[in-house]
Amino acid sequence: MKGKIYVYLKKQVLDPQGKAIENALKSLGFEEVKSVRVGKFFEIETDSSFSGSAKERMKEYCKKLLVNGVIEDFEVEAVEE
Amino acid sequence: MRATVIEFLGSNCDHDMVYFIRDVFKIETEVVWFTERDLKNPDIVLLPGGFSYGDYLRPGAMASRTPAMESVREFAKRGGIVLGVCNGFQILCESGLLPGALLRNKTISFICDDVYLKAENRETPFTSMVDRILKIPIAHGDGNYFCDEKTLEVLEKEKRVAFRYVSPDGKIDDNWNFNGATNSIAGVLSENKRVLGMMPHPERACEKILGSEDGKLIIESVISFLEKTDG
Repeated sequence: MKGKIYVYLKKQVLDPQGKAIENALKSLGFEEVKSVRVGKFFEIETDSSFSGSAKERMKEYCKKLLVNGVIEDFEVEAVEE
Repeated sequence: MRATVIEFLGSNCDHDMVYFIRDVFKIETEVVWFTERDLKNPDIVLLPGGFSYGDYLRPGAMASRTPAMESVREFAKRGGIVLGVCNGFQILCESGLLPGALLRNKTISFICDDVYLKAENRETPFTSMVDRILKIPIAHGDGNYFCDEKTLEVLEKEKRVAFRYVSPDGKIDDNWNFNGATNSIAGVLSENKRVLGMMPHPERACEKILGSEDGKLIIESVISFLEKTDG
């Protein structure tokens, strides 16, 4: 299976990195920029030894390691092959 | 009294921590590699600072999921005393032994400086001897303590904020809360108050030549606590 996992900081969590990037874009003349939030993106490929639901399996990866539920939310796109 | 310091891949304050406990306090100290499960029967477990796994993914994320940390979790469940400093604090939060998380500093920059700490609850194994404002250094990029409002309410109500960043004269002041931590929180306790995570480095404030000996009060408190409970 293959999956793409997007991890975002929760809305109520401040993102000073995003804020700095937002300001940098503005200072480059992109004055329309209203907000920037920085997240993470994982591309995962597995071998054929697992045969259940790809999406559920990827969610497990998130809960066990990839995502800290205190500060982050995530989305999974997965395909079985 | 016996102490165990856990070493993770990339820990870089582990030797400072061992020096603090073994050389300054003359406490019998074991060093346990993160792949081990046997903690060597300690009275206190210390999780050192220093960028385990290069802070990859999230600070403390990978270290919190190692065999040694499984044993630390069981040790804490049995009422064991655990102190996590800096990356050790991040590992405790990631492992679920402490609530909340450590976010990027509000300034984004890495901060290496002395801070001033006030012990908010003196009735804990770590703070009974802390009778003054402590001067202890910090050195971190991700020390901005965060938790949701409900958790924050519980922490404040149960007096689980061990230390807050304050001005040198002991006042809460945003100018002295360098990393932007929620409610100026520098150290957090577990429900049973026997697990403490803190961003400042007491092991770097243990001899006059280092500019402060204030960090010793935390270990002196633990020694006094253990003597009382043993007796």
